[in-house]
Amino acid sequence: MSAGLMDWAGLMWMLMRALMQALVGWSDALLVALLVLPVLAMLLGFALGGRAAERIALWTLPLGLAVALAIGALVLHQGMPLEYAMGGWAPPLGVALRVDGLSAALLLTTALVITGVGLYARADFATPSGVAETRASLAFWTLLLGLWAALNAVFIGRDLFNLYVAIELLTFTAVPLVCLKGSPENLQAALRYLLFALLGSVLYLLGVALLYGAYGTLDIAQLAAAVRGSAEPAALVAVVLMTAGLLAKTALVPLHLWLPPAHAGAPAAASAVLSALVVKGSFYLIFKLWLDLLPPQYGQQIAQGLGALGALAILFGGVLAIRQTRLKMLIAYSTLAQLGYLFLVFPLVLSPVTLLAATGEGTPPAWTGGVLQLVSHAFAKASMFMGAGLIAIAMGHDRIGELGGLVRVLPVTLTAFALAGLSLMGLPPSGGFAAKWLLLRAGLETGQWWWMLVILGGGVLTGTYLYRVLAVAGFSGGESAPRPLQPVARSRELIVLGLALVSLLLGLLPLSSFEVLKIGREGDETAAVEALTQPAITGAVWP
Amino acid sequence: MSVGIGLLTDVLLSGTVLMLGLWVILTADRLRAAIGFLIYGLLVALVWVRLGAPDVALTEAAIGGGMIGLLVLGASTRLPPEPPRSPGAPARPRRWILHVIAAALSATVALGLALVVLGLPEPAPSLAAAVAAELPATALENPVTGVLMAFRAVDTLFETVVLVLALIAFWSLIPDAGWSRRPDWLPLPHPPPALVLLARILLPIGVLVALHLFWIGASLPGGKFQAGALLAALWALVMVAGLARPIAATERLVRVLAVLGPLVFFVIGLGGLWLAGDFLAYPEGLEKPLIIIIEVVLMLSVAVMLGLILAGLPSADTAVRAPKARPGTEGQP
Repeated sequence: MSAGLMDWAGLMWMLMRALMQALVGWSDALLVALLVLPVLAMLLGFALGGRAAERIALWTLPLGLAVALAIGALVLHQGMPLEYAMGGWAPPLGVALRVDGLSAALLLTTALVITGVGLYARADFATPSGVAETRASLAFWTLLLGLWAALNAVFIGRDLFNLYVAIELLTFTAVPLVCLKGSPENLQAALRYLLFALLGSVLYLLGVALLYGAYGTLDIAQLAAAVRGSAEPAALVAVVLMTAGLLAKTALVPLHLWLPPAHAGAPAAASAVLSALVVKGSFYLIFKLWLDLLPPQYGQQIAQGLGALGALAILFGGVLAIRQTRLKMLIAYSTLAQLGYLFLVFPLVLSPVTLLAATGEGTPPAWTGGVLQLVSHAFAKASMFMGAGLIAIAMGHDRIGELGGLVRVLPVTLTAFALAGLSLMGLPPSGGFAAKWLLLRAGLETGQWWWMLVILGGGVLTGTYLYRVLAVAGFSGGESAPRPLQPVARSRELIVLGLALVSLLLGLLPLSSFEVLKIGREGDETAAVEALTQPAITGAVWP
Repeated sequence: MSVGIGLLTDVLLSGTVLMLGLWVILTADRLRAAIGFLIYGLLVALVWVRLGAPDVALTEAAIGGGMIGLLVLGASTRLPPEPPRSPGAPARPRRWILHVIAAALSATVALGLALVVLGLPEPAPSLAAAVAAELPATALENPVTGVLMAFRAVDTLFETVVLVLALIAFWSLIPDAGWSRRPDWLPLPHPPPALVLLARILLPIGVLVALHLFWIGASLPGGKFQAGALLAALWALVMVAGLARPIAATERLVRVLAVLGPLVFFVIGLGGLWLAGDFLAYPEGLEKPLIIIIEVVLMLSVAVMLGLILAGLPSADTAVRAPKARPGTEGQP
């Protein structure tokens, strides 16, 4: 028996090895597929229209997920980033793509969330029988695929103009998702979003032009080397301009005005991708600008400013979330607050203490914490928005005060809401806990106690607004159990629960597993491979 | 002497551009501001000519001035007229504060940029030499086309995908009840005979000019985007004059034409993965024919998509369609 098991294990191992060997030969095609697959599906869906658009989109979900998984497996297997020069033209003349550990994790997050959203949205955006095509379903499925391509392009891009095209693609898919319902309020929210996003694009493009004028290349790695060589004032001005633009797209306070009405007014499936993924795309670029492009000593003053805005977002978003009367508005303000945590990464990573300690030691805990916050919030928030959509279907409204007895109508959804809430609050055992704990530790280690106060205060605020919902929905119901206005498919509830569970389980991963994020961080591949063999990150900060 | 004349031209041109820009911002009447913006685009195109960037100038004239100008003009005629401000009422003082803040911010950015740009290294580091060195490998003579179709082909490809998504985004604003109806923004209820005649005469000439613009793109400034924009404008003129009816969003033919460009580009790019070893690389010896095929279909797709956007949206209810406010203004410029 046990010998048979050993054989099986051996066989599986050999199969895996053979698969990886095969994948290595296909790595270029896989990288290209990240962009080509969703775009081709979008183009075909749009041309064929009607039910074909939905069918093509649904078929693309498993394929795209498989590509993201294969890419992740390859990066892990090789222990170094995948790179590809488009058309065989190397930078600076051509455009290159690159997938390192962080990109691979984000690609996989994107694929999982979009798969969940796509399966969930089937019920909302199916073309009704008897109609050849409806506006909303055609737009939703093609835009979802376009958005996927845009996010993939953002996460694997390393050329600043190529990334500009990617964020334009993201904007042009995200904005119409806001007004799919077509009401005047939706249109107003979408228009406001569009104006903020376009302002962001202009500022970003200005910065790109300045950098090209100063250094004659747009490749991030080449720019980083050039800036290290000769620091032009133009470089800092350019990065500040680009950051300001990207902040408008990320909706960091005080450029947040567009986010709550846009995210709360969109259909639930659209809100989920907007809140979970779209705002992270522009954040990822800010992250790359300050941590990859500019030398660390450049950013220390401005990092404190970014951190301060993040802190403001945490507190302001939290307080406003408490005051909301609509569930979707509450979740939207919660996004505002959770985005704030991401910006605490800058003062914590760029602190002189971290920089001194981290030389040759790989990534500091605040960096890992930031990434973990980004990923776990993506899953938790996608789950929450889609859960809110189910609640609105079952109850006919999303007024928090009147959700009494929800626990008896949608127990699975409410459980998912609570589990996702754990991650937002930063309670163990959740991905959000690990993230906030790493950020707290970084605050302690770098002696920046004020950020620790903000993180703890933000947790209390998050707990308060989530408790408001759970207290009403979970415990008060009165005598008569409310009946759902419209039935909700159990499968949709399970998707919501699944995403919440992922955000929870991220916290149960051993910290050492986050070492994969480091792949390709150090510039040269050997350092990354060595970093992989090191013990858990817990011991890696102080020499 | 030529330096003096050049300087005089530059001073006059930049002064006019600045004044016109200020006027467009400050003018209260929407329609006038829109027409001013159209002219502004053409003047900015002249600035690009003076800067020695004829490719940018053509694009600015076709897209920045022409296309966007037409869209803004169309939008300004379709908006309900602004209520006249009563002389006694306070002119919303908080708006003024916002305007001042916006102006101060813009001025700061402009000044800061000017300082930074003046401090840039001289001569500016540039890839022009590298482009010139590698251009023979692409079998093209116009370096701009080389960058757009070979070195950075992926960006061109994705820009056209952005255009497809812009069309989807635009169409997602169609009222549900009007989804299968034809757009009704452009056709004049009673097109004046002069306009119809103009459309008839301009159509063949315009198509010829567009084809010329397209064809010289391989060696001289010009190319698919400019030609596509011109074709779209001609199509819009034909629709205004009632010579062709606008096409509904449900019509599959226009959708196929719209995606044909990026689709063919993708297919040839993927073919490169096998035949030339890289995605978006062209097999040796076939560069020129393949690039021409891509450019022809891209021009067609750009023209179709821009034309569909210019044609506007259908209204939910046919009864709403009313030839009221300011008849004839659409054809005026």
